[in-house]
Amino acid sequence: MIKFENVTKIYKNNFVVLQDVSFEVKEGEFLSVVGKSGAGKTTLIRLILGLEKATSGIVSFNGVDVSKMYDNNLQQMRRRIGCVYQDYKLLPAKTVYENVAYIMEVEGKDNDDIIRDVPKILEVIGLGEKTNNFPHELSGGEQQRLSIARALVNKPDVIIADEPTGNLDPYNTYEVISLLEKINKSGKTVILSTHDQAVVNKLGKRVITIEAGKIVRDDAGGRFVI
Amino acid sequence: MLTKFKRIFKFAMADFYRNRGISLAAIFILIITILTVTGLFLMHGIGNFIISEVENKIDITAYFKSATSQDDIMGVKNQIIAASPSIKSVEYVSKEDALADFIEKHKDDPTLQEALDQVGDNPFLPSLSIVTSGEAAEYEKVANILKGEQFSSIIEKVDYSQKKDIIDKVFSITSRITTFGLAFTFVLVLVVMLVVYNTLKLAIDHSKDEITTMRIVGASSSFVRAPFIIQGAMFGVIAFVVCFVITAVASLLLSGALSVMMPGFSLFHYFLSNLFLIALIQLGFGTGLGIISSVVAVNRYLKL
Repeated sequence: MIKFENVTKIYKNNFVVLQDVSFEVKEGEFLSVVGKSGAGKTTLIRLILGLEKATSGIVSFNGVDVSKMYDNNLQQMRRRIGCVYQDYKLLPAKTVYENVAYIMEVEGKDNDDIIRDVPKILEVIGLGEKTNNFPHELSGGEQQRLSIARALVNKPDVIIADEPTGNLDPYNTYEVISLLEKINKSGKTVILSTHDQAVVNKLGKRVITIEAGKIVRDDAGGRFVI
Repeated sequence: MLTKFKRIFKFAMADFYRNRGISLAAIFILIITILTVTGLFLMHGIGNFIISEVENKIDITAYFKSATSQDDIMGVKNQIIAASPSIKSVEYVSKEDALADFIEKHKDDPTLQEALDQVGDNPFLPSLSIVTSGEAAEYEKVANILKGEQFSSIIEKVDYSQKKDIIDKVFSITSRITTFGLAFTFVLVLVVMLVVYNTLKLAIDHSKDEITTMRIVGASSSFVRAPFIIQGAMFGVIAFVVCFVITAVASLLLSGALSVMMPGFSLFHYFLSNLFLIALIQLGFGTGLGIISSVVAVNRYLKL
């Protein structure tokens, strides 16, 4: 589904972030990408989303080179990927309801579908009572749950979570990871970038370890070893 | 398509209201800009009025001997017109017209009426009232014809007003003002355009992270850009309405005071007679600047 072939990313001043990285993520897989801060985890995710272009090598989504996609195709691909970020990346001037509805509006869904689906997913995620609140009126855990609701509402093929528990307490961390496991069990592909050892060890899923821009380990039932 | 437009319009309205502090700042800057441009337009009208007033003053009056026939006088008139086709006017005033004009002007002054009665005959002379365009060369041409040998027997006297000197001065001032004014207007318009652009850019910079998020979740460029463009247009339309009202009220209030300084000129009448042009300038400047600035500013963040 997602494939990296000998991907290298070099920023200005010859700063090498990723070096000759190759791996593949299959449909329905749960992959954890671990590494210290600055190891290149976020760059790897930005390459999948087409927010960065590889200096060399190919990043492909369903067999199509992401760097060669036109704007329209790129945006269509992004709609098939639900993203969850450490800093939530919510739309601050929109309410809880509007944040989720926006994703369906971007997709061009009917108003009837939006009116039916948005309250339902907000109810499931535990934000049914806060539909008219703005993101700054929510706790960290609630904001992260909202970003998960937003990532899920269009039933994407892949969920990418970049340090989703970085700003959360243990209770909310547990909730978010449980949600990601449930999503994966429903058949979705999940890519989790984290440096939380406890989370990775508890999951017992495939783990790719990155150190200084290189993949140093790729274990099927992996553990967090750095 | 209609649903998409409705959604874009809804986003624009919601953002306009929720970021009302920034919206008001942008509108305020646009109002200042539009009023500056309108002020320049009105100043142009006032300047033109002053120049035409000075130009239209009679600057040469040729008085003919009492017995001169109308045909002879018309001959002089034709020669002047032939020599200076661009001359503004050459008007023949007969003895009778001059007397009637005098009586009409001084009908409330019994002393003058009495003096006229004592003189008995019509003391006025037939004349030509000449209005030149104010150009020095034309003035010289007319003066030379009247001073010429061939008319010395029929011309009693020629009155040259001080208009030549005044016009020379006015022209020298206005040509300087025109050159300076054009440069000043250009610089001023450039400055206010940059101020408007930067104000809207600040408003859009405020939404930089929001635009990035919209792109990450798959929103198309037009879906992200359109609400900002609509907001830019809304700023322009609101600023136009405010400016139009301010201009109407200000021209009405200032009209009286300006009429005292410039008899015959009504600022409000000038505003009314140029109503559509002023509205077009204000609306075009407001919405044009609002939309263009929004497009340029938002495009910087759409490259993701």
